[in-house]
Amino acid sequence: MAIHTLAVLVENSPGVLARVASLFSRRGYNIDSLAVGPTENPKVSRMTIVLNLEGHALDQVSAQLFKLVNVIGISEMKDSDSLKREILLVKVANTAAAKDVVKKHGAVIADEGGKTISIEAVGQSSAIEALLADLKPHGIRELVQSGLVALERGDSTLADRTLSTMGTANESDPNSSTADYQN
Amino acid sequence: MNGAQSLVNALEAAGVDVMFGIPGGAILPAYDPIFDSKIRHILVRHEQGAGHAATGYAQATGRVGVCIATSGPGATNLVTPLADAQMDSVPIVAITGQVPSAAIGTDAFQEADIRGVTMPVTKHNYLITDPADIPRAIAEAFHIASTGRPGAVLVDIAKDALQKETTFNYPKNVSLAGYNPVVEPKSEAIRDAAALITQSKKPVLYVGGGVIKANAAKELMQLAEITGAPVVTTLMARGAFPDSHPQHLGMPGMHGTVAAVTALQKADLLITLGARFDDRVTGKLSTFAPNAKIIHADIDPAEIGKNRHADVAIIGDLKNILRALNPVTKAALAKSQPDLTPWLTETYGWRSKFPLGYDKPSDGSVSPQYVIERIGKISGPDTIFTAGVGQHQMWASQFIGYEKPRTWLNSGGLGTMGYAVPAAMGAKVGAPDTTVWAIDGDGCFQMTNQELVTCALNNIPIKVAVINNESLGMVRQWQTLFYNQRYSNTDLHSKRIPDFKLLAEAMGCVGLRCERPEDVDKTIEAAMAINDRPVVVDFNVHRDAMVWPMVAAGTSNDDITVARSMAPVWDSQEL
Repeated sequence: MAIHTLAVLVENSPGVLARVASLFSRRGYNIDSLAVGPTENPKVSRMTIVLNLEGHALDQVSAQLFKLVNVIGISEMKDSDSLKREILLVKVANTAAAKDVVKKHGAVIADEGGKTISIEAVGQSSAIEALLADLKPHGIRELVQSGLVALERGDSTLADRTLSTMGTANESDPNSSTADYQN
Repeated sequence: MNGAQSLVNALEAAGVDVMFGIPGGAILPAYDPIFDSKIRHILVRHEQGAGHAATGYAQATGRVGVCIATSGPGATNLVTPLADAQMDSVPIVAITGQVPSAAIGTDAFQEADIRGVTMPVTKHNYLITDPADIPRAIAEAFHIASTGRPGAVLVDIAKDALQKETTFNYPKNVSLAGYNPVVEPKSEAIRDAAALITQSKKPVLYVGGGVIKANAAKELMQLAEITGAPVVTTLMARGAFPDSHPQHLGMPGMHGTVAAVTALQKADLLITLGARFDDRVTGKLSTFAPNAKIIHADIDPAEIGKNRHADVAIIGDLKNILRALNPVTKAALAKSQPDLTPWLTETYGWRSKFPLGYDKPSDGSVSPQYVIERIGKISGPDTIFTAGVGQHQMWASQFIGYEKPRTWLNSGGLGTMGYAVPAAMGAKVGAPDTTVWAIDGDGCFQMTNQELVTCALNNIPIKVAVINNESLGMVRQWQTLFYNQRYSNTDLHSKRIPDFKLLAEAMGCVGLRCERPEDVDKTIEAAMAINDRPVVVDFNVHRDAMVWPMVAAGTSNDDITVARSMAPVWDSQEL
């Protein structure tokens, strides 16, 4: 099992999410999570896709994804050189013990009902998983997660690399597993 | 002007000279300006016919084929030809009407989400609800369909967008942020490929349909002569390299020649040009060409490493690739030329030891292979041949000699029964001075023969050979070999029902019939003499003829079944 995170810049056009989802579905690629939202450029949306690649090469997935006309650029977000965060909202029983767990993990009580509290946490996947593990004995009533979002560390941006070279195609190196796919 | 006029202007600006279609409610506004347009509109009898005709036109001419249909069922009838064209990388553009934008999503009359439906079977598609977007969408559609790896593009236009007033503004250049196909190969890749060629003692040129798409047959011939390597042409590449050339081993794959299949298996290098290691060529992937290094040249980066690891990948347009590779290879071979003599002796030995062949039925009935072979011989290498899918298709790929690109049109990837007649119609429209033969099966013919009416009424005099074995022959062959001759639902009883001769005549064609081997030549010659109307010849052939050689799906190519060395159980004692 190999987990990879891809940042994908797409044209902000109707149907683009369906195209990406349809591609992953028909080629049998497993998505762990997919987060999509607007960017600093109103014409461009950014997807962060966490993939569980069993029996598929990352290069092949990227190459297939890049064939979609609305996909502008793709880059793998490696743990070592990117920031990765997800949001968790979780409702648990309103007990002192549960509140202690929230405190211990640096999470926030965003809403307090009579019988339950709603907890908000932002962090890396490992921190979110640790919080959930500690909350589990206290009775999780309901939870929702945002899916991972990722941004490169340092000064480099995918948008710069992709949009500045728009119109001058760079093919990927098929032998490299970390190739950026950019137009 | 309204959006409909803008659409027709845009199609004219895109260089469209002909389109195939049927009007209906949602597309009706467009048919009013079509009435006055210089574009020839051919009214087909079924939208599937329009789609395959566009594909046949595109395959014969290299231009973008165009089909047009209304919303809902009109559009869904185009799904098969769109998938077919996309699988075989044929450039077509489909225009469909959509219900008015306010009604989209309400399950309106004749509404189908055709953009959603065709997403997985097109290169790209559009839903247009603003008339101002029509010219740009058309320009982009033709650009996307015809550049890079060609494919199918659908433009769905809401009825109100066709009706509303707009201004026509056709873009001079198409610029798409996410679409810039690489056409120029990298020089390092060319150098690495040439180096592998100089090291190879057992090379094979594995040629796919991409060579035809890139119009690179001349450049391929140069590479073949520079390297001296044997050549195999896949089903999609028949005609890319002359069958008469001494280096040609024929077609590889499930029904390929023994020489082509064995050469790939024993090669130490495959110079792969616009081919995609399809399962019908490779059989079980892990056993395919086990000793070969791979040079993979393709316009589509996603084909590299999809099925088989490439030792050297060259991404670009094949014409550009070969123009770069040929001189570099020539120079490299001048310095270091491996001796290919033992390899050529071996491969050409397989070719002479295991030629394609067939048995003549001893009961006096007509051999289907003989019919197809004679049509090829009598009609000659300038003829365009189309085929449906099944035994007749394989025989037409085997027993007709192809000498030129774009003379063999068939449904290779999707395997669409019923392709032959409408594709022949499209090819004849694109190449009106060329003889066009549809080699069809009796099963396939019954799926799309209604387009003969279109041919008869529009002066499209194609010739159709129905290879009538009264059954779904390829399926029957598999039942013979793998299902203990239990012929479940493959008997079509089509010797006289329908009567293909009378059916042809009912549709305004000349109907001929041939039931004896001695009549084959004169029947073909009679068909050849008719050029003012479509001709259908019902060739009643022996039903138990099989396609050989055959590698059953999923088995190793090393286990190739050689017709002459194997004695399968026949359900008829005559053979």
